[in-house]
Amino acid sequence: MSGQTVPADFTEHMLDLDEDEDLEVFSKNTSLADESPMPNSPSSMVNQYRLEEDEEEQQQDASAKDIFITVDNPESHVTAIETFILYRVVTKTTRSEFDSSEYEVRRRYQDFLWLRGRLEENHPTLIVPPLPEKFVMKGMVERFNDDFIETRRKALHRFLNKISEHPILSFSQHFKVFLTAQELSSHKKQGPGFLSRMGETVKAMANSVRGVRTRPEEFTQMQEYTEDFSNKICSVDKVTQRIIKEQREYLDELRQYTPTYTQWAESEEDLAEPLKGVASCVERCSKETEEHIHHLSEVLLPALHEYVLCAETVKAVMRRRDNIQADYEAKNEALASRKVDQEALQEEVDGLADRVEQANNALKGDWSRWQDNMRTDLKSAFICTAEKNVEYYEKCLAVWESFLLSQRPEPEEQRDMEDAA
Amino acid sequence: MMADSGSNEEVAVIGNTDITSTESENNIINTMVERGTALLKKMEINVAEAEKRTGKNTVNMQETYTVYLIETRPAETVPEGGTPAAPDTLWRRYSEFELLRTYLLVTYPYIIIPPLPEKRAEFVWHKLSADNLDPDFVERRRVGLENYLLRVASHPVLSNDKIFFLFLTEEKGWREAVLETGFQDKVDSRLKSLSAAFRVKNPDKRFTALKQYSDELNTVISQLLRVRARVADRLYGVYKVHGNYGRVFSEWSAIEKEMGDGLQSAGHHMDTYAASIDDILEEEEHYADQLKEYFFYTDAVRSVCRKHELIQYELEIAAQDLAHKKQLKEELATGTVRVFSLKGMTSKLFGQESPEQRESKLAALEQSIQEGEQALKEKNSECQEFVRTAWEDIERFKEQKDNDLREALISYAIMQISMCKKGIQVWSNAKECFNKM
Repeated sequence: MSGQTVPADFTEHMLDLDEDEDLEVFSKNTSLADESPMPNSPSSMVNQYRLEEDEEEQQQDASAKDIFITVDNPESHVTAIETFILYRVVTKTTRSEFDSSEYEVRRRYQDFLWLRGRLEENHPTLIVPPLPEKFVMKGMVERFNDDFIETRRKALHRFLNKISEHPILSFSQHFKVFLTAQELSSHKKQGPGFLSRMGETVKAMANSVRGVRTRPEEFTQMQEYTEDFSNKICSVDKVTQRIIKEQREYLDELRQYTPTYTQWAESEEDLAEPLKGVASCVERCSKETEEHIHHLSEVLLPALHEYVLCAETVKAVMRRRDNIQADYEAKNEALASRKVDQEALQEEVDGLADRVEQANNALKGDWSRWQDNMRTDLKSAFICTAEKNVEYYEKCLAVWESFLLSQRPEPEEQRDMEDAA
Repeated sequence: MMADSGSNEEVAVIGNTDITSTESENNIINTMVERGTALLKKMEINVAEAEKRTGKNTVNMQETYTVYLIETRPAETVPEGGTPAAPDTLWRRYSEFELLRTYLLVTYPYIIIPPLPEKRAEFVWHKLSADNLDPDFVERRRVGLENYLLRVASHPVLSNDKIFFLFLTEEKGWREAVLETGFQDKVDSRLKSLSAAFRVKNPDKRFTALKQYSDELNTVISQLLRVRARVADRLYGVYKVHGNYGRVFSEWSAIEKEMGDGLQSAGHHMDTYAASIDDILEEEEHYADQLKEYFFYTDAVRSVCRKHELIQYELEIAAQDLAHKKQLKEELATGTVRVFSLKGMTSKLFGQESPEQRESKLAALEQSIQEGEQALKEKNSECQEFVRTAWEDIERFKEQKDNDLREALISYAIMQISMCKKGIQVWSNAKECFNKM
């Protein structure tokens, strides 16, 4: 159990790489900089692998990116026992710890789950990006429905990219294996796995009963903030889902207008032209509404939902930090009471004390990074949505204005009409 | 726009004389009314107010009803800085409007009588109250009643009717005056014409086409009104849910440092957005009312067609009757029996009648034929007159309908534009706030 939390694979990589002044871009985490230099590649190599990206790609400082990952090409894979989707994961990198500069592997959702699990295990107080959910409860969405797969694919893509942008997680051995190994199953069997995690959970429960006596104030504040934030972001997510639902129902009804106006036009003579005009206007507005709904559900909602999941992750991170501290406190108390094995126990307690400090530092560093990301991501999602709304109304406005223009006679014509009267 | 004696164009005075050109363009207050008729040259007509009254009804039970204040005023230009003369006023309730309309229907069966606004709120979307005493409904009905009076007052034929004039000017004693006209008798015959199932042998194609058009219009407008109500319902939902953003953003801003201000102010704009739908849909009700008027007009059109059918039928019967009598006369004169008649059979069985009997019979038949010919002539001219006057009104109505509905569609477009502009404004503001996050 000891040594698990100090990422051994992490330090392995530290030996090869130089410190670089670009360090600041990745993290404001000065505590980590003291311990071990951050890996980075010379900025000269940067622009070689620039991929065109869709809207989810974070606006990263271009000079720092040395690894590019895409998740695409979902394919159904059928075996005797089950059917599942395999996604293609393509990695292009200039990092020296990678033997090649380009990799292509096939991964299924379970593999992503495995990766995340290992990352969380190795870095219990880092905020690991969330994965899209296993199931979609509401609406009974069929698992292999195209929209579902596409949404999931985008989220998986985002997941890997977020990891690659993380100053510590990016260099995880498991991450490298995930991106490069053709066969993942052999790697999956290594490591503690299920049983030890069980042990962890039991311990965690015991500790939570015990409680944390001296949790530092800043972590208490973090915890409270996280609770509140979680509530709020869940509400925003729910409101957005509701808006999408209402918009869909509105669109359904709106679509009834066109055939009705068209039908009416068929009975009319002089009135037929303006009626058809209105029918056409409504149809175009319907298309705009459809596009707007698409934006909401493909851009805004996933962005919000990611942070709903993030909030849960942060809560778990808080709990784990508390457990680490509780572990230490328990052993510390034991040390005070026991007279035998003092030396061995002392060593253990010291180890645990280190562990607490590392955990706290890791969390503090990651916390501000997470906050910044949250602000950036959500701000951009909201701005984008506001822009889309403005665009929507502008397009509809143009539609109706052109209709109006077609109905009003020219000013000159109007004067003639008045004279003739 | 007061009746301006200087201009050539007689413009009907619409209720609110403070109407601006943009307002009249937007048809906020009232639908288009035709150029001034003799009546409107003389007076302005307003339905100015509505009031609740309680009283005992015919079965001696307490009831609450609404009365409407009708103002009339001689139409004359007001000198600069002067105040218009005080109007004459009287109160009328809805049932009296209905009585007036029934009177007009039976007295001018060849005219498409303007419809009344609906008695009960139909085609409602759920937020709108279906209660007759709801203030919004009462207000819209007030506007509808004013529109009705202006329609009648601007009609080339109806505006000259004495009973209509008394309706506007005599509060008491009007009911008696109406009943004195004896129109009640004609009510039954009208009901008969509307409900009877008779077949016309040679239907007038124009009237058939008109009836069919009227049915189609009726169907399509009612469908449109139903769709509109559902769309309004849904749109209301979309806007109102955004109000929840306002609430949540506000709460969320309390726990954020950098993002707080941006979120808070964005939240306010979301509240504004949510609230804006009320006015938008209120305006749309006017559009719906304009459609409803023509939905109700289709009944009046149908009614004229049916009346024509009845007259046509009666004409055909009269012609048939006459032909039959002539046939009988011929048989009697020549002694041949081509047409079966009981008399003929009995005379065959029981012996021929005497020459004197035959003579008298012939004379009676001759008399009947003369009467029949006269009746046919009268019926024929009645029919022709009906067709002539009806088609005059129908042409007038068609033009009115095309103008009004075109204007209604334009005003609908204007409403949509206004809604879009509001949306652009709110979301631009929200975007600014998000930028500050």
